[in-house]
Amino acid sequence: MSAAAEAGARARANIRAILLILGGGVAYAVVLAAAGLLMPFAGVSVVVGFVALVAVCERIGRLVGPAGQGVYERVLAFGFPALVLLIWQEAGDHDLINTTWFPQPSRIAVAIWDLTVHYDRFSQTSLIGRPWLIPSRFSEGGFAGVWTLLSESHVVATVGRVAVGFVLGAIPGILLGVVMGVSRAVRLMLDGSLSAIYVLPKIAIFPIIMLVFADPFGEGPKILVVALSVFVLVSINTMAGVLGIDMVYLMAGRNYGARGWKLMRHVILPGALPVIFAGLRIALGTAMIVIISVEFVRAKQGVGYLIYYYWEVLNPEKMYAGLVVVMIIGVALNWALQALQRWLMPWGR
Amino acid sequence: MTGGDWSAAKISARNVTKIYPAKHGATVALEEFSLDVALGEFVCIVGPSGCGKSTFLRMVAGLEDISQGAIHIEPGATPDKPLNSVVFQEYAIFPWKTVIDNVAFGLQMRGVAKRDRLQTAHFWLDKVGLTKFAHYYPHQMSGGMKQRVSIARALANDPEVLLMDEPLGALDAQTRLVLQEELLRIWEETRKTVLYITHSLDEAVLLGDRVILMSAHPGRLLATFPIDIARPRTIEVVNTPHFAELRAEIWARLSKEVTRAMDN
Repeated sequence: MSAAAEAGARARANIRAILLILGGGVAYAVVLAAAGLLMPFAGVSVVVGFVALVAVCERIGRLVGPAGQGVYERVLAFGFPALVLLIWQEAGDHDLINTTWFPQPSRIAVAIWDLTVHYDRFSQTSLIGRPWLIPSRFSEGGFAGVWTLLSESHVVATVGRVAVGFVLGAIPGILLGVVMGVSRAVRLMLDGSLSAIYVLPKIAIFPIIMLVFADPFGEGPKILVVALSVFVLVSINTMAGVLGIDMVYLMAGRNYGARGWKLMRHVILPGALPVIFAGLRIALGTAMIVIISVEFVRAKQGVGYLIYYYWEVLNPEKMYAGLVVVMIIGVALNWALQALQRWLMPWGR
Repeated sequence: MTGGDWSAAKISARNVTKIYPAKHGATVALEEFSLDVALGEFVCIVGPSGCGKSTFLRMVAGLEDISQGAIHIEPGATPDKPLNSVVFQEYAIFPWKTVIDNVAFGLQMRGVAKRDRLQTAHFWLDKVGLTKFAHYYPHQMSGGMKQRVSIARALANDPEVLLMDEPLGALDAQTRLVLQEELLRIWEETRKTVLYITHSLDEAVLLGDRVILMSAHPGRLLATFPIDIARPRTIEVVNTPHFAELRAEIWARLSKEVTRAMDN
């Protein structure tokens, strides 16, 4: 058999298999419907449907030529979440799930839109700070006017606390981590304590941090608790990164005359950078957890406050909207961190 | 240079001993090892693994402490030249620097102006045939190319002596042949004093003016073989009867040592 004929036979076999699975799925649904068991078997059907979908997609993946692989990957990557949302929507519309606690995606989208365009007169906040008002406020009050607009925003409050806390924690974290990596004495003195603080949930020290500040309800304690959690994670990772540098690079650096700051700048820092960035990414995730928890507990503004506020007034759509906003913030900050990594580490693949 | 006398020892090692202390007794890696390398001489050290040859090289490079004895490298007429530069088996070129920046590294550390150091680096990159790859990062290159970069980095640094620690040990057989030929050509042009560690007898006889044979556990000097093959050499000399004789003579001595080391 020629190669072309063989490929044709394989393609036909795949198509047969796909039709068989689809036919089986239809038969399964018809039988359940006829027996009136559609609802009791819903859970089972979801599992069966998912397995059948995977089987069909695998076959389609084999049918698609090399040129189509890119499209195939994108269709699966975006198509499946879209399908889940669609099923969620349909299940909600047909009262198969309790839409009070699981509002349909369309209602969550509407809630996001509402939050975006409306200004809450009671708490004097809005979600993103009503950017469409920027031109008029600028002509009235200049930059101060724009600033009052931005400072009413939940997103700006949360992102600001995370960003400032992250930078304030990461820079000393990297410095201490490098010192711990280089100096055995410092490492021996601090490693145990840092590991102990590392496992401590940072939110647990928030009350103590509030005590320290003159204004316990201001921005200071919130930023500091983020900074502390980032600091611990980044210092531990940086130390590991420095310790992990291959000895031969340190020997080469020394042999070619790098001492002190030059050794640091040209060998130790770049050598530890991949692990430092791994630590920064973990620290970013932790910073998000910490800030949202802190805003649950003690804040008049911020996306965490928003979620908790709509729990108190029992508006699930807007709670979900808050979650979506948190996800968007997380993805955006992570993306920014990766951009920074590409800029600082052009040698990385 | 002491009067430019060719016989003056450029590297002199006197009764060098290296002991690694441990909780239960100490390991003697190198015992009472003495060696003189003349100015412009190419000396190869061979020996079974564990004979301390790499340890010795690192002590010459100042990267490892000397337990007893002394090693001296005679400074040259120009005091700002580095005494030694090492070519490591693992290449040890920095993944975070481009090829050209790697080659210019030693000069940069010594504070040579950017224009001058890049010019020197380009000169040596050209010598090893990597001009086109100046702005590549090491991860984009093969092992043979990385080792060329490492050799160019050492030569661009223009050291008094060149220390090579099994530089071709990690390469495949074909690449090794090509690089051996390049080393012969470059050495012919520079006539640097070279201390060369290898586990390949062929390589030692091909490249060296002298082959030093070492024993293992503890590392000791076993024998010295002068290699009187005329320079300039090419890779073809490995096919001559004289090369085979020299090789056989050293092997006769080395094989006994290898068996002894394996029996221990």
